[in-house]
Amino acid sequence: MAVRIGVVVFPGSNCDRDTMHALDLAGAEPVELWHEQAELDGVAGVILPGGFAFGDYLRAGVIARFSPVMRSVTGFAAAGGLVLGICNGFQVLAEAGLVPGALLRNRGLRFLGRDVRIAVEQPDTPFTHLSGPRRPLRMPVAHGEGCYFADAATLDALDAAGQVLFRYVHEDGNVAGETDDPANPNGSLRAIAGVRNGAGNVAGLMPHPERASEAILGSDDGFGLVRSFVEGAAAMAQAGGVLEATAR
Amino acid sequence: MTIAPPRAAEPLHRALGVTDDELDAIRDRLGRDPNDVELAMFSVMWSEHCSYKSSKPLLATLPTAGAGVVAGPGENAGVISIGDGLAVAFKIESHNHPSAVEPYQGAATGVGGILRDIFTMGARPIAVLDALRFGDPSEARTRHLVDGVVRGVGGYGNCVGVPTVGGELTFDPSYAGNPLVNVMAIGLLEERYLTLAAAPGPGNLVILFGSTTGRDGIGGASVLASATFTDVDASKRPSVQVGDPFAEKLLIEASLELIERGLVEGLQDLGAGGITCATSETADRAGTGMAIDLDAVPRRESGMAAFEVLISESQERMLAIVRPDREAAVREVCERWGIPAAVIGTVSADGDIAVAEGGREIVRIPAPALTSNAIVHRRLATPPARRRSAPAPGAEVEAVDRLPERGMDPGAVLAALLGSPNLASRRPVFEQYDSTVQVNTVVGPGHGAAVLRVKGTSKALVASTDANAGVGAADPWLGAAMSVAEATRNVSITGARPLGVTNCLNFGDPTRPEAFWALSEAVRGLGDACRALGLPVTGGNVSLYNESPAGSILPTPEIGVVGLLDDVASRIGPAFVAEGDTILVAGEAMPGLDGSEYARLGGGAAEDDPPPLDLDRERRLQLFVREGAARRLIASAQDVSGGGLAVAIAECAIWSGLGAAIRVRIGHSPAVDLFGESPSRLVLTTRPRHTPALELLARQFGLPIEVIGSVGGIRLVMDLVGAGATGAAEERGSRVADPIDVALADLRHTWDHGLARALDWEAPASAPEGR
Repeated sequence: MAVRIGVVVFPGSNCDRDTMHALDLAGAEPVELWHEQAELDGVAGVILPGGFAFGDYLRAGVIARFSPVMRSVTGFAAAGGLVLGICNGFQVLAEAGLVPGALLRNRGLRFLGRDVRIAVEQPDTPFTHLSGPRRPLRMPVAHGEGCYFADAATLDALDAAGQVLFRYVHEDGNVAGETDDPANPNGSLRAIAGVRNGAGNVAGLMPHPERASEAILGSDDGFGLVRSFVEGAAAMAQAGGVLEATAR
Repeated sequence: MTIAPPRAAEPLHRALGVTDDELDAIRDRLGRDPNDVELAMFSVMWSEHCSYKSSKPLLATLPTAGAGVVAGPGENAGVISIGDGLAVAFKIESHNHPSAVEPYQGAATGVGGILRDIFTMGARPIAVLDALRFGDPSEARTRHLVDGVVRGVGGYGNCVGVPTVGGELTFDPSYAGNPLVNVMAIGLLEERYLTLAAAPGPGNLVILFGSTTGRDGIGGASVLASATFTDVDASKRPSVQVGDPFAEKLLIEASLELIERGLVEGLQDLGAGGITCATSETADRAGTGMAIDLDAVPRRESGMAAFEVLISESQERMLAIVRPDREAAVREVCERWGIPAAVIGTVSADGDIAVAEGGREIVRIPAPALTSNAIVHRRLATPPARRRSAPAPGAEVEAVDRLPERGMDPGAVLAALLGSPNLASRRPVFEQYDSTVQVNTVVGPGHGAAVLRVKGTSKALVASTDANAGVGAADPWLGAAMSVAEATRNVSITGARPLGVTNCLNFGDPTRPEAFWALSEAVRGLGDACRALGLPVTGGNVSLYNESPAGSILPTPEIGVVGLLDDVASRIGPAFVAEGDTILVAGEAMPGLDGSEYARLGGGAAEDDPPPLDLDRERRLQLFVREGAARRLIASAQDVSGGGLAVAIAECAIWSGLGAAIRVRIGHSPAVDLFGESPSRLVLTTRPRHTPALELLARQFGLPIEVIGSVGGIRLVMDLVGAGATGAAEERGSRVADPIDVALADLRHTWDHGLARALDWEAPASAPEGR
């Protein structure tokens, strides 16, 4: 039976359908989780998709974190459930404090939509284990607030604990610089494109793996990340722990 | 209720932009004098923008019938069937004057307005293409406008989650006081959900949903869109609407849900003319009337006069015609999306738009008087006194002389063209747009036509916008016909079959006979070209009064084309594909440099005619390339347009990272053969073993075709051969026949940085473009 993956839908989410499409391709059963609902409908994992959750005129994700569904997602995460935020979903997770750091406006102060390359820093996680041989993955970014920021101590701690999942890199795999390097599209500190929490079950990234999940779209480098998440969630569902935790 | 005219001496109707003749015509239709509120409604609905009162007789000449056309002109958007129960909805519209006054909001609401036209029909918007035209990029004001408009297009499209996949960006001094912001939107629908903007069934409820109504955008259609700018006028800023893309996103989802659940009998968006337009148009289409209770309209500010509520152009609002027993279900959908909804009236059988305020009827106008029976003007059309004379023999060679420092070195001209604001990479602009959301984008902006796969099928939609304004200045018929030829050619070279044409006609003041002549010639050219290519015109928009104190814009017939590719995997791109492939040119160069980028580089129009267009040859060329694609004989196909053959080949090389060795036969002059923009030409590549078959196929379509070189290396080398090369060389020393021989990396750098340099933007990314 296909593993059920929840996709949170805020009124201004606009990558929810894309994410569900990629989950379909990965053999999962996507389940829409409307922002006003408190139940997670027994899903094995939760993805917060990209978009502009509530218009985000003030700051990305700042309102979304107060949604009823986010209380449940927080509980699900606390119980060890797999949660992935993509783009706006990453911003929401950061606002909610479920992953470390913050996403500031891009250094160029302009929205930026282009293909980037990211290196998988931690290939042995439920978010990355099927990402294939170690090579830069090509996929699009499309955001105005994607500059990853944390204080130096936090960054050191993240590095030491292996919490940095993805970094922006050049085609040859060399890590991008922080400033004036087009390979790091938003000027993220230490070229961080994605991180996970300390427990390792909540992750966010700015690039869009769901937009790079079919060769016809120019790259299927992201599909390994989608499949990783689906399999990771399936494994946890089999173990049963998270499902019980959310049922309480 | 009275509206105080701004100047006491001026009668109200004139202050509202209604002429004395028009006032008589209004009296004629009402059988009495209009009251002030009615006059305000007429002033908006009889504006050029809403009524097409000058262009209607011209537009009636356009071909509109075609295979699969489900909805044509008169509807919010054209709709054409693409099989599998699916249809594509598409339309292009202008938001020129609002963008001149307030570039961010003007452009943003331009995107919002055209998206509403699409989802009103039951189609989910899947793509936006934006065609932008500005003045000299070195001027501070131009930079301000470009920055604001680009941010506005992106700010809106990115937020609603509709990818911007193509368009144009062109600079010409004629647009300095009056930039053009034309936005095309494409939607995909299941044919069974096709919804029309009509108000059938007396007794049905009229429900207004979406944002509340405020004072923003009062008289946008009449004040801004239908009069010549005296100057950039801050007092007109209140006439610019303010966009809320988040509200639009909710509106898209709610509207499509209402349609898919079968809850609405008719649906109309509120754009120009606001409630007045939406009520009268839907009623007129169904032959009904409407009784509107103005007090029921949710407002965002107090103290609004009746006329303000009726003509406000507050954005992100929709009008639904709903059976009474479905009101609760409609409210439930709107509530789920957090959208206010109010019953503001009922459909009536009397054919009148009747408006009550405080229980008292304040308006009663027959719906057709506001829309289908609005006034039509027969404008005077006079060709300009000074038409261009026939070209002097060898005039195109003279144009070379306009480039003394470059004329001797074709390589330097090529570099100058590739780095020029109109031909350099558009990447600094389109990177500010989300071009990949919705996961359909197979080919995004920057490389010719956009290609969007259709999920659940093997098909793809292919779209392009083009306008040849440079040629239109000399010959508006030719400019329009060439625009159609180029836009359809750009679709055909992917292997796709063009389905239909939408157009945005940007012209000057129609009361000026020369401007109206240009419009009529352009419409004739549009019709002739569409008939020759067998394509229906499914809708569009006319934007007149595009003038500023500095003069009129170039006549700019913006053409949008959508085509269908049966198998997305078979698509052909413009970039070279493989080392060793043969390079061919189909079609032949014709003299005529006027309107070309080469002439622009030389400091203005050449004293020369534009090149000719043979519509039948164009038709055969497009059939040929599609047939060649279907037989898998073609590896890449590139259109020869801005910058001519040399730029076309350079682009193929830059985009692929593959060099080429070429021999160009100079039959006319180096300028014409390398940089002339005569139409109906393609640069093709093919595997060497397919070359004879491709040549044979071209001849079967009666087209000249010639092998000119092969793909390979990291340099672009063009040898000039033939009588033209040596003749010119003798005339002015041997250097004219010097070959172009340049490293691809240098060309790429020039092309990459040209636009950012022209606009003084931060250095663009040097990462490889595209995928």
